[in-house]
Amino acid sequence: MADGSNALADKSRRRFLTRTGAAVALGLAAGVRFIDFPSARAESGPVSSSQRWGMLIDSSKCASDCSACVQACSDEHGISGHGRPQTDAQWIRKVTLRDKESGRETSLPLMCQHCEDPPCVDVCPTGASFRRADGVVLVDKHICIGCRYCMLACPYKARSFIHEDLADQKPWSPRGKGTVESCTLCVHRIDEGKGRIPACAEACEREGHGAIQFGDLNDPASSVAQALVQRESQELRADLRLNTGVRYQNL
Amino acid sequence: MATASKIMGSSDFSVIEGRSAGFYALVAGLAAVIAAGLWATHAMETEGHHVTGMTNQIVWGIPHVFAIFLIVTASGALNVASLSSVMGQKIYAPFARLSALLAVALLLGGLAVITLDLGRPDRIVVALTHFNMKSVFAWNVFLYTGFLLLAALYLWTLMERRMNRITKPVATVLLLWRIVLTTGTGLIFGVLVAREAYDVAIMAPMFIAMSLSFGTAACLLLLMAVGGCTGRFLDDAVVHGLKRILAWFVTLVLYFVMVSHGVKLYAAGYQGVERFLLLEGGVITSMFWMGQIVAGSLAPLWLMLWPPTATSRPWIAAAAALVLLGGLAQIYVIVIGGLAFPLQIFPGKEVIESGFFDGVVSHYQPSLPELLLGLGGVAMALLIVVLGMKVLEFVPDFRSGS
Repeated sequence: MADGSNALADKSRRRFLTRTGAAVALGLAAGVRFIDFPSARAESGPVSSSQRWGMLIDSSKCASDCSACVQACSDEHGISGHGRPQTDAQWIRKVTLRDKESGRETSLPLMCQHCEDPPCVDVCPTGASFRRADGVVLVDKHICIGCRYCMLACPYKARSFIHEDLADQKPWSPRGKGTVESCTLCVHRIDEGKGRIPACAEACEREGHGAIQFGDLNDPASSVAQALVQRESQELRADLRLNTGVRYQNL
Repeated sequence: MATASKIMGSSDFSVIEGRSAGFYALVAGLAAVIAAGLWATHAMETEGHHVTGMTNQIVWGIPHVFAIFLIVTASGALNVASLSSVMGQKIYAPFARLSALLAVALLLGGLAVITLDLGRPDRIVVALTHFNMKSVFAWNVFLYTGFLLLAALYLWTLMERRMNRITKPVATVLLLWRIVLTTGTGLIFGVLVAREAYDVAIMAPMFIAMSLSFGTAACLLLLMAVGGCTGRFLDDAVVHGLKRILAWFVTLVLYFVMVSHGVKLYAAGYQGVERFLLLEGGVITSMFWMGQIVAGSLAPLWLMLWPPTATSRPWIAAAAALVLLGGLAQIYVIVIGGLAFPLQIFPGKEVIESGFFDGVVSHYQPSLPELLLGLGGVAMALLIVVLGMKVLEFVPDFRSGS
């Protein structure tokens, strides 16, 4: 009887130790993985909020007669117009401004500002508009119903509705008639994880302007984060407190 | 339309006969408009929305004007039901059924338009299975569904004698529900911080006032039309009672319109959008002053309050019709006017060049397909009412006195 109860106690002790060991091992493994994420995320792995992708645009370096960023975006994502500018899609546009007091003119590219609190995501009824943990605001084309409420909500008019049939789509940038789309921050390039930068920033650099800096705003060592520390920058519609991922200098 | 014929069931209500040439002509006419609306939907979905006047600047157009109008009016169409079943105003009791039928029909018409205007109407199931609970739109899916279920339940309590005892609590819940529903519809615009014409909480109570006004007008017209077409008696007390209520509601809408514009005129940052809407907006400004204010508010108030016209049924009907047309104009001004005014992305700067129409007023030219879709929704609502009266006992049987 006593032997039997000892054997039972041994068995339950063994089970306890085995389970505890497994739990500790799992916890440690999770911890190790978590620490691993920022530096070497697998291509198929989840994104992490330890990163925040963003841009710093220096409008003093943006040439008013240059639209290389717009062209590069169109080429990269297969965006071609139908000769109807009111309904053709536009992910990035060039805007030239004049200060009402001083008359100073500035030029800048304007695209989705990849807000931390995006109004487009708030209002989307199906959750098709979403923000990735790493700050990229995207549209899930599979559940976008084309209600366009996000377009009413966006303070930057950054989104386009696809008004007609599409041709020559790029495999990395799926689009669809009847759905809404906007700048993806070239998320396919980011997810390659090989240090590639968005097509617009690459084109601007190629043209020798270097007005668009791209990088991880959360990484103090990144050039974009350092530039933000060194000089004053601003958000567009800062009054809305959306904490945009795209910042401007010398506006 | 056909004269009344008493069928089985309630001793006070009957179906309409619906065998006259006029009845068939009405049904055929409404069906034709619905067919035109479906053709328009087909064109918009196969060709894409470029066949409409909507653009990436004016992203909502005539279909939304009609849809919002129908949804707002649906909520207010239940006023007669609430007066009868919640507030115990017995003279309206015979018309509570019609009031609820009209409300359901208008809501279905509005939802049909807004659904068929989607870029992907084939994905309506997605809208019913994927919810972002932070979205006002998603709340509205539940509010509209709940409204339809409650209205159906309310009708059941009216039509089934054994259910009569719960009519009042159901009607009370329905009254509260529709106030929340119209709040939700107003907040579609009220929560949009990006646009200067919206972004105000007053949108919610203003939409409630609009629903009370448009819904009363629609219900009054329906009662007069049913009375006229079926030869049934409609008591003066009902007509004049609803007329007086309508005059109050029209005044209430005017009050909210004045407050919302007045506050923005006072605030320096909003004077640009107010100047656009009230002075320099072209069609929008005309729609506001001539459509919404003069034809839709002042003229009907005059007709309903000036003794020579206030006692005349045709003039009262004209006043109710003007309220509805003014309502369409008001929603046009809200939707199109609010979108046409440029987003102020760069305060203190003027846009001298843009690849996407920044800083300039956008123009909107509605096309035939979208107009047909909107009208198709109205026709659908009316057809539901007409066929509803033919298959179920909605119409009171009075031939003299109430």
